[in-house]
Amino acid sequence: MSTDVGSPGLNMAVFGLFVVVTLVIVANVNRRHATANDYFTAGGAFGGGKNGLALSGDFLSAASFLGIAGAIAIHGYDGFLFSIGFLVAWLVNLLLIAELVRNTGRFTMGDVLSYRMRARPVRAAAATSTLVISFFYMLAQMAGAGGVVALLLGVHDGTGQAVVITVVGVVMMLYVLVGGMRGTTWVQIIKAAMLVLCVALMTVFLLGKFGFDLSALLRQAAANNVKGERILDPGGMFGRSGTSKLNFISLALALVLGAAGLPHVLMRFYTVPNAVQARRSVIWAVGTMTVFYLATLIIGYGASALVGSRRILSATGGQNSAAPLLAYEIGGTLLLGVVAAVAFATILAVVAGLTLTASASFAHDVYANIFKRGRANPGSEVRVARLTAVVVGGLAIAGGILANGQNVAFLVGLAFAFAASANLSTLLYSLFWRRFNTSGTLWGMYGGLVSCLALVAVSPVVSGRPWSLFPSVDFAWFPLSNPGIVSIPVSFVLGFLGTVLSRDKGDERKQAEMEVRSLTGLTPS
Amino acid sequence: MTHWSGRTTSARFDGIDSPGEIEEPEGPDFVRIQQSDEFVRLRSVLRRFVFPVALLFFGWYLGFVVLAAYFAEFMSHRLVGAINVGLVLGLLQFVSTLLITLWYRSYARRRIDPRVAALRKAHS
Repeated sequence: MSTDVGSPGLNMAVFGLFVVVTLVIVANVNRRHATANDYFTAGGAFGGGKNGLALSGDFLSAASFLGIAGAIAIHGYDGFLFSIGFLVAWLVNLLLIAELVRNTGRFTMGDVLSYRMRARPVRAAAATSTLVISFFYMLAQMAGAGGVVALLLGVHDGTGQAVVITVVGVVMMLYVLVGGMRGTTWVQIIKAAMLVLCVALMTVFLLGKFGFDLSALLRQAAANNVKGERILDPGGMFGRSGTSKLNFISLALALVLGAAGLPHVLMRFYTVPNAVQARRSVIWAVGTMTVFYLATLIIGYGASALVGSRRILSATGGQNSAAPLLAYEIGGTLLLGVVAAVAFATILAVVAGLTLTASASFAHDVYANIFKRGRANPGSEVRVARLTAVVVGGLAIAGGILANGQNVAFLVGLAFAFAASANLSTLLYSLFWRRFNTSGTLWGMYGGLVSCLALVAVSPVVSGRPWSLFPSVDFAWFPLSNPGIVSIPVSFVLGFLGTVLSRDKGDERKQAEMEVRSLTGLTPS
Repeated sequence: MTHWSGRTTSARFDGIDSPGEIEEPEGPDFVRIQQSDEFVRLRSVLRRFVFPVALLFFGWYLGFVVLAAYFAEFMSHRLVGAINVGLVLGLLQFVSTLLITLWYRSYARRRIDPRVAALRKAHS
């Protein structure tokens, strides 16, 4: 069915403009001989406002934008539950994580976790977890890129999509290599501003069209949806069976607890000068995201009301095409071009943030602190990070091309489950529990990671269903697609047991140093 | 599991006899600061806010999710026009998130930041 709308040429032109403008900015904010501080944290010189926008930029992926709007347009209320989980999650960052992490670490999550533990095994665990989460999250983004390309640029054959994915990957690498954290932060700021502005304008327009009567909008949305009035009620997406309800609870847990364990979010607390600015960043991010997620609700129902669920599902890209089709409906070719560019910018920026984080973790945790035992010279750390970024970028491109067209939407929920299981438990224990020690950290992280991976391997996402990765075999005995409801408690319990069962009493002096430092920002000499 | 009260426990005094205590490297003496009244106070002011509020919003979120999953009839109850309980509760999650954010912001400004500033001034 050819529901290709708008003009691919214009879409590409607007996106090209975004790339050129951001590359010029990235090249200009770049310092010639970046120190490790410059490269990984932009010298910690961003203010809370800008960094808050950048945080939203890092967090709001294409899955948030196209995915949630589409889910609400097709399934209704259940899509809205994603928005709520993603937003409420920021309270964990605000209250328990952001300021303390800012005060305690320098570049990576490993800095915080290894602070008062035996550094090498803990850093190895932190780097493993960072790389695994970044990889899964990135794969989801890049695989989604193929669909967006098909939808917005009218490129339908596999080779053409592979070329576009490669171009996206190369531009992303340029951001990271040339701009480091400073450049990447500016890309995030520009992207977040464009994204929020775009959805806010669409929302105001939609509400205006229905005379600012939400009820009228909802009624029209139900009338144009094959599910009818049911899209206003829970159950449209997750279903009504016992397993599906439990799966939904599991996903909801992963969403709300995962945001505080995502390594690329944690790293963005280091780009500000102090804890107060880290707090301001989160407050700004909460503000921005409140607007964004409210807008997705209106845009989702608006797409159902004005485009209709049948047309959305029959378009190239299916569910993901809800927001672009709505843009075309209300603003014609030009607005579609803008939305297309914003969607691309979103994928580009999120992948850039992930690449930077993964490369920082490898260079700082693995190379500088495990291989060189903390005695690497800072120049070589940046060099290793750049090299890693190229490797990670290459993997992202290859993974994106291979996973193109696969059903990988579960990967985002999975990355959140990983983050909530392996990272959140150990971060919280490390920051708030005096007795916590090295073996607790290792049990918690590896326990969370391994239980997540194992449960997914024997779940319906891998085998046994028509939509599984391997539909022809069936070794699925764990009924839930998202392992969070099991793996999150497992990592908390293992972190506790690992601590109390080991004789290691920890380093009292380091514990005092970390606790005082995390609350006050006082540093040793 | 988590060290809740934030108050000094007997275990704390072990640190005084530990060998590292004798020769002091330059920089702040973190063990002493950790045991000082000002720091203990700061820690308890922070934890007395963030732990209960974290439990509060987490419980409220979890309750909401359970309602959406297991009490669909209740959530589908229409209030005004096409607007139902589920939508209103969902929007209330947004409201509570914003309110907690602003509440913490003002609490931190009044109760936490001055204490941190005083401690930093005294020890650097």
